Amino acid sequence: MFNRIYKEKVIESTLFSVSSLTVVILFLICIFLFRDGLALFQNFSFMDFAGGKFWYPTSEKAQFGLLPLLFGSLIVTAGAIVFSVPLGVASAIYISEMAPPRVAEFLKPFIEVLAGVPSVVYGFFGLVVLVPFIRETFGLATGQTALTGSFMLGIMALPTIISISEDAISSVPGSLKEGSLALGATGWQTIYQVILPAALSGISAAVMLGMGRAIGETMTVMMVTGNTAVIPAFPGGLLDPVRTMTATIALEMGEVPQGSDHFHALFAVGSVLFIITFMINLVADSIKKKYRFKVD
Amino acid sequence: MASKLKTYAILSVLLMGLVFSGIGCIGSDNGEGAAPATGDTVVDTQSISVKGSDTVLPVAQYEAEQFMASYKNRDIAVTGGGSGVGIAALIDGEIDIAAASRNMKDAEFENAEAKGITPLKHVIAWDGISVVVNQENPVSELSFDQLRRIYNGSFSNWQEVGGEDRPIAVISRDSSSGTYEYFKETVLLGDEYRPDALTQPTTGAIVGEISLNPNAIGYIGVAYLDESLKALSVDGGEGFRYPDSENIISGQYPLARPLFFYTDGEPSGLTKEFIDFVLSAEGQELVQEVGYFPVK
Repeated sequence: MFNRIYKEKVIESTLFSVSSLTVVILFLICIFLFRDGLALFQNFSFMDFAGGKFWYPTSEKAQFGLLPLLFGSLIVTAGAIVFSVPLGVASAIYISEMAPPRVAEFLKPFIEVLAGVPSVVYGFFGLVVLVPFIRETFGLATGQTALTGSFMLGIMALPTIISISEDAISSVPGSLKEGSLALGATGWQTIYQVILPAALSGISAAVMLGMGRAIGETMTVMMVTGNTAVIPAFPGGLLDPVRTMTATIALEMGEVPQGSDHFHALFAVGSVLFIITFMINLVADSIKKKYRFKVD
Repeated sequence: MASKLKTYAILSVLLMGLVFSGIGCIGSDNGEGAAPATGDTVVDTQSISVKGSDTVLPVAQYEAEQFMASYKNRDIAVTGGGSGVGIAALIDGEIDIAAASRNMKDAEFENAEAKGITPLKHVIAWDGISVVVNQENPVSELSFDQLRRIYNGSFSNWQEVGGEDRPIAVISRDSSSGTYEYFKETVLLGDEYRPDALTQPTTGAIVGEISLNPNAIGYIGVAYLDESLKALSVDGGEGFRYPDSENIISGQYPLARPLFFYTDGEPSGLTKEFIDFVLSAEGQELVQEVGYFPVK
């Protein structure tokens, strides 16, 4: 008897420590990231970083302005959301509400494959196909623009948005749908006025997570957006090259002297990125919890 | 159901076991292979390590391979990472030779002095930088002054340098590249790159964009030239010179830079042997095989 209880306890505590490992790792990453990021402000004023408009990390008088990189990330992400949300939500509605089961079974694995394609492959596709296409279509000096990055990121965020929205839509209780249909509403009226509002919290969470995916993506944006550290205009800046926070870190981390201001500036940018994605995830989580549809 | 689950569990455990034993095998093979070699010749085997510029890496790697093939019991480990990384490692006393595609900066000299290191520079080869445009571009020569104005933002249309009425898409490497620094010093004379210049993470990306974009201009190492690009003749004050091997070896082509090995003080022992080998007729032959140019 005692042996069984003891065994249970051992298993329980092992599993507990394994699962709390994630928290510990996250915590450690936080500490190291912020420690090296904050070290920048010993030599460089915080306001010049947070409000700086120029990123000249290797000049004689180095400038580490966050704004061009932050806005670069935001414009690319915003563009990606504009593409991927209508497409993603429409696909989710079709798959969970309209598609015959066999078609849905056929579509789902393909969407999952989309999620598994390595980002460098997306980047390569963008570079070879989309970049020349955008340049010729809009008559630009170069096709490496924020718009190109948005297209690619939109495609990459699709699987996240589709699968989470689809979960949300299918978890709307069947009684709601049946009630609506019984009252004489058409299929589309039911979807549009009953199911979508009921699944709205889950869909918002899906959009937030898709955003998180887009803002953190590195390789693809680095390959197709031109990496020009200039504050983009909105919305005209969509057709200009931009540089995102992730691309800056990836581009410059390779040869930055360890412990220099530039090194710490990259960590500071990384901290900003970390805070943003962390917030996005928190918000997505709370939306999902708070507005979960309840049927009594 | 339960028995099925059990079968799966057993199968996956078996598979994992197989994988791990595989890893173990490779590990122990390496250990056995390496151990006797060092054990038998512990008195005679000498080893040094070379680290630094990715531009120098192919030469250093090739030289080291040939050197180790002709002399027994000499071990030379070559790694890349960038000029800055190599120099930092030399200053920290971790390596014997730092490979660099640029001169050491003043700050780096100060650091070295503080740690009691006296860096000594050895020119081991020359690399030519060619300015390239798309094959369709009618422009075939540019003076340094025109190049400077294109790269610092004064010129933005090909008409201003005698070309067609097209916008100029200016392409540069990322700021961690030694070529970026070299070009900035030699052509821009210390001016900043124009903020809207596209930044590409690799030479391959520059070649890709220029071969597809008739508006683009960029710079790459001569070893990377191919038929998809058009190399320009440039004028550094003594007339236009095309980047062919004749002009580079004779020193007439103005965009040629030396590649360095830095050592701590006068080299001795294996470090000296290796540098002497690189500078010998045989070593310089190898330099040309890799695509660079011999030291005059």
